[in-house]
Amino acid sequence: MEIPLVLLLPFAGSIVAALLPTHARSAASGFAGIVALATTVLVVRLYPEVHAQGAIEWRQAWLPALGVDFVVRLDGLAWMFSLLVAGIGCLVAFYARYYMSPDDPVPRFFAFLLAFMGAMLGVVTAGNLIQLVFFWEVTSIFSFLLIGYWYHRRDARRGAFMALAVTGGGGLVLLVGMLLLGVAAGSYELDVVLARGAAIREHALYPVILALVLVGAFTKSAQFPFHFWLPRAMAAPTPVSAYLHSATMVKAGVFLLMRLWPALAGTEAWFVAVGGAGAATLLLGAWCAMFQRDLKGLLAYSTISHLGLITLLLGLDSPLAAVAAVFHTMNHATFKSSLFMAAGIIDHETGTRDLTRLHGLFRAMPITGALAIVASAAMAGVPLLNGFLSKEMFFAEAFYLDAHPVIQYALPLIATLAGTFAVVYALRVAYGIFFGAAPDRLPHAPHEPVRWMRVPIELLVFTCIAVGVAPALVIGDLLATAARPVVGGQLPPYDLALWHGFNAPLLMSMLATVGGFLVYRSLGRRLGSAGLDVAPFLPIDGQRSFERTVAGVDRAARALVRRIVTRRLQPQLAWMVVLATAGAALAVAQTGLVWGDRQRVAGTFAVAALWSVGATSAVAAAWLAKFHRFAALVTLGVTGLMVCITFVYFSAPDLALTQLVVECVTVVLFLLGLRWLPKRKLGDASERSPRTRLRRARDLAVAIVAGAGLSTLSYALLTRPAPHSISPFFLDRALPEGGGTNVINVMLVDFRSFDTLGEITVLGAAALTVYALLRRFRPPREAVALPAQQRLSLGEAATDLVAPREEAAALTGYLKVPAVLARLMLPLAVMVAVYLFLRGHNLPGGGFVAGLVVAIAFIMQYLVAGASWIEARLTLNPARWIAVGLLVAVATGAGAWVAGYPFLTTHTAHPEIPLLGRIALPSALFFDVGVFSVVTGSTLLVLLALAHQSIRARRAQAAARDAASPVASTTAVAALPLAVAADRR
Amino acid sequence: MEIVLSAAIGILGASGIWLVLRARTFQVLMGLSLVSYAVNLFLFSMGSLSIGQEPIVTPGIPADLAHYTDPMVQALVLTAIVIGFATTALFLVVLLALRGLADNDHVDGKDEGA
Repeated sequence: MEIPLVLLLPFAGSIVAALLPTHARSAASGFAGIVALATTVLVVRLYPEVHAQGAIEWRQAWLPALGVDFVVRLDGLAWMFSLLVAGIGCLVAFYARYYMSPDDPVPRFFAFLLAFMGAMLGVVTAGNLIQLVFFWEVTSIFSFLLIGYWYHRRDARRGAFMALAVTGGGGLVLLVGMLLLGVAAGSYELDVVLARGAAIREHALYPVILALVLVGAFTKSAQFPFHFWLPRAMAAPTPVSAYLHSATMVKAGVFLLMRLWPALAGTEAWFVAVGGAGAATLLLGAWCAMFQRDLKGLLAYSTISHLGLITLLLGLDSPLAAVAAVFHTMNHATFKSSLFMAAGIIDHETGTRDLTRLHGLFRAMPITGALAIVASAAMAGVPLLNGFLSKEMFFAEAFYLDAHPVIQYALPLIATLAGTFAVVYALRVAYGIFFGAAPDRLPHAPHEPVRWMRVPIELLVFTCIAVGVAPALVIGDLLATAARPVVGGQLPPYDLALWHGFNAPLLMSMLATVGGFLVYRSLGRRLGSAGLDVAPFLPIDGQRSFERTVAGVDRAARALVRRIVTRRLQPQLAWMVVLATAGAALAVAQTGLVWGDRQRVAGTFAVAALWSVGATSAVAAAWLAKFHRFAALVTLGVTGLMVCITFVYFSAPDLALTQLVVECVTVVLFLLGLRWLPKRKLGDASERSPRTRLRRARDLAVAIVAGAGLSTLSYALLTRPAPHSISPFFLDRALPEGGGTNVINVMLVDFRSFDTLGEITVLGAAALTVYALLRRFRPPREAVALPAQQRLSLGEAATDLVAPREEAAALTGYLKVPAVLARLMLPLAVMVAVYLFLRGHNLPGGGFVAGLVVAIAFIMQYLVAGASWIEARLTLNPARWIAVGLLVAVATGAGAWVAGYPFLTTHTAHPEIPLLGRIALPSALFFDVGVFSVVTGSTLLVLLALAHQSIRARRAQAAARDAASPVASTTAVAALPLAVAADRR
Repeated sequence: MEIVLSAAIGILGASGIWLVLRARTFQVLMGLSLVSYAVNLFLFSMGSLSIGQEPIVTPGIPADLAHYTDPMVQALVLTAIVIGFATTALFLVVLLALRGLADNDHVDGKDEGA
C-alpha cells in the first residue's frame, strides 16, 4: 500500500498547497517541504524490498478493455530516480522559501512544484508505456507553468511556450512511438517489453519506433538538435531551474533511454543515432557554455553538455557505459542543482547574473563561494569529487571502444575536447566569480545569504565529496541496484575506485585540465571584461529558427482564416440556412419524396381562416420590421396568438396556456427594448443600389426555398404514419405511477424532471446573464433624453407626463384609473396563479404557467405605476426567487437519496388533513414549486433589469449635468479635503 | 388540415429566415421569433393532429395513443417555448449592448448601408 502513496502524496499535497493564502510563504514552503520529505522517507523505506526483489509493483485495473493496468512499478532504476526526484524536491522546497520574494504568490509555486514532483515520480515508476507517456506529458505541462511562473515577464512567457512546444510536441511523437512499441512487443506492460528486446529489434517497425522514441527522449533531455529550449527555460525562478531543468525533468529523456535500453539498444541504428546526438550535444553544449554571459545560461548549456555525455554513454551499446551513464546521472543531479542554487544566491544577493560584472565575491560570501567552487570542481571532474569518477568511466569507455577506426580516434578526441571546455566554464564559475578585482557597480552590496538558504547546498556538496572520496562505500550498492535493470539484469564487472593506476583515461583527464587552464588564461580576460553573447562558429541558431517557424505558422494560419472565414453575421447565417436546405434536398434526392397514407384530418374553414390571418401577419412582420418596428411587433403578436389557438384546437391546452403568457411577456420585453434602438431614416440612398437589390433578391430566394422545403417536409411527416415512440409509456403510467391525470405536467415534474431541472437552470442563468450584461450597458446618447412623445407634452404642465418616471407619477393622475384597477388585479392574478399551479397535476396549468402569470401581474403594476413608485413600496428581489427555486428543486430531488432512491424519484404521500380529508401530496409538487419560483424570478429579473435602464440612464445624465456645472463641482472638490481633514482631527 | 398547417409552417419559416438574413438587429430578433414559432409548430405536428383528445387521463378511457394525443411532443414544445423566451431576452440585451458600444444597430456593429 505504500507504493501508490509515493504518487498520491505529492498530488494531494499540491491541491492542499494551492488552497493556502496568497502570501503564506513559510506555510506553503514548509508544507511542500514536509510532503516532499515524507515522500522521500517512503521511497527510502522501500529500498530493502527493491534491493531484495529486484522490482516491486502495485496494480490497479485501468483500461481493462485494452489490457492496460495502472501499474506503479519500482525497480532499482525507478527507485534511484524516485529518490533523486523526492530528495532534491525536498531541498528545493526548502531553498525556495528563502529565494522567493514575499510579493510572489507562493502557494501557486509550491502547488505546481509538488504536482510536478508527482508527475515526475509517475514517469519513473510507470509500469506500462501508456502510463509513462501520460505522466511524461504532465511533467511538460507543469514545467510550462513553472517556467511561466512570473507570467508578467515576456521572456518567461516565451520561454515557457518554447519549452512546452518542444517537449510537449516531443511527447506526442513519443506517444506514437510507444503505441508502435506496444504493438511490436505485443504488450504495453514494461516487464513484457523489456523481456522481448530481441523480438522488438528484429521487428519491421523497429526503425520507426526508434526514431519516434528518440525524438521524445531528445526533446525532453535537450539533445541536439532540440537543445535550444533549455537556455530559454532559465527565465523560470532559480529553484525551478535547479529542480526541473538540471536534476529531474531534463533527465526524463535519458531515463527513457535507460529504461528502454534492454529493449531497444544494441543495434547499429541505436549506436549512430543515440551516440551521434549525444556526442554532438556534448561538444555543442560545452562550447556554448564557455561563452555565456549569463550565469544561468552557462549552467544551462553545461547541463545540455552533461546530458549529451549521458546520452553518448548510453549510445555506446556497452553495459559498462550504461552503468557509467546511470552513475553520471546521479552525480550530475547533485553537483548541478547545488550550482544552480548557488547561482540563485549570487543573483539574490548581488542583483545580477551577468558574469562580466561578477568578480571578486569571495571576500563577501566566503561560504557560498567555497560551496560553489567545490561544486564547479565536481562539474569539471576534479579528483576526490563525484564528477571525477563518472568522467573517468566515460573517458575509459571512449578510449577502449571497439568500433570503426574513425570513431575510435574521434571519440577520445571529442571526450578530451569536451573535458577541456568543461574545465574552462567551471573556471569561469569558480575563479571568475569569486576572485579577481573587487566587485563594483553591483545592484546590491554582496553579502552571505541567510544561514538556512545555504543548507540544501551544503547537503548536496557534502554528497559530492562523500561519493568522491569513498565511492564504493557510499554509493556502490545503490549504483549496482540502479544499474542492474538497465543492463538487463547482469552487471558488468567494474570497480568504483579512486585510483586505477596511471592509464589513458587519467592522461586524458590531465590533458583536459591543463588545456582548460591554458584556454581560460588566454580567453578568460576577454570573457571576463566584455563577454560574448553568442558562441562563435555556430551557423545555426535553434531558438531563432524555432521562432521563425512559429511566426510562419502563425502567419499562414491567419492568412487561411482571412481567406475562408468571415466575421460578418449575415454570410454565416446565410450559409447555415443554405447548407441545411441543401442537406435536406440531398436526402430527398436520394430517397425520393412520397406522401404517406395516414388518415387525414378533415380541414375546416375556421382553421384555414385562422392561418390566413396568421400567415399574413407573419409576412407583414417580415415586411415591417425594418421601418415600422412597433407595427411589426403587433403583427408578430397576432401570429403568436394564431399559434396559441392552433394549440388549443389540436388538444394541447397546456401549450396554449404557456404560449399565451409567454406571448405577453415577450411583447413587454420587446417594448422595453424598442426604446433604445436608433431611428431609421427612410429613403436612404443605399437602399436603392443595385448591390442591395441583388442581395435582397438572393435572400428572398433563399427564404422562399427554405420555407417551401419546410412545408414539404412537414407535409410529408404529417401524412406518413407516426413513428413508434415512447409516448404510450407516459400515457399509461401517468396516473398510476405519477399520480396525476395531466400527462404533460406529470412528464415535466416527474418523468422528465431531470430535464426540467436543467431547463430551469438555463432559464435562471439566462436571466442572470441579462442582468449582468445590462449592468455595463451604456445607452446611446440620443436615447437618454425624454422620448419625443413625452417632450411634446412639456407645455401642458397640468399633466404629469413631463417626467413620469422621476416623479411619483401615479399619485398625480397619470393612468390613475388603470393603476387602481391593476392594483386590485394583483391579488386576483396571484389567486389565478395559485389555482393554475394547484390544479396543474390534473388539469392544464402547473409551475411554468403559474410563474409567468405572477410575473405578468407584477409587470402590470410596473407598467401603470412606474418603477420608482413600485419599488418604494415593494421589494421583489427576483434573483432570490431564482436561487430559492433552484434550491427547492434540487433539495426535492436530493430528498429521494434519503429514502435510498435515485435523484429526483417522486414519492406521493397521502396525509389526512382536517376539512379536506385525505389528499395526494406528491413530492413532485415541491419540485413544481421550485419551477414556479425560478420562472417568476427569471421573468421578473429580465424585464425589471431592462426597465431600470431608463431610470439609470436618466440618473447618469443628471450626474453628468451636476459634474459639468462649475459651482457644483467646485463644492464637491472643496468638500472632500475638508472631510479628510476633519477625519484626521 | 395537413396542408394548411404545413403551409403555415412554411410561411412562418420563410418570413423568419428572410428576417434572420437582414442586417438590422431588430429584424434578426423578430426573425428568430418567427422561426421559433415555425419550429415549435413543426415539432408539435410530429405528434398526432387530434381534436378533442387532450392528454388528460379520464377514468374509463384506456390510456393509449388511440384515445389521447401524443403527450411527448407537447412536453418538448412546452420547454421549448419557455427557453425560447429566455434566449430571446438574452439576444435582445446583447443587441442593446451592441447598440450602446457600436452606436448603430447593424448586426456586425459596422454601419455600411443596408
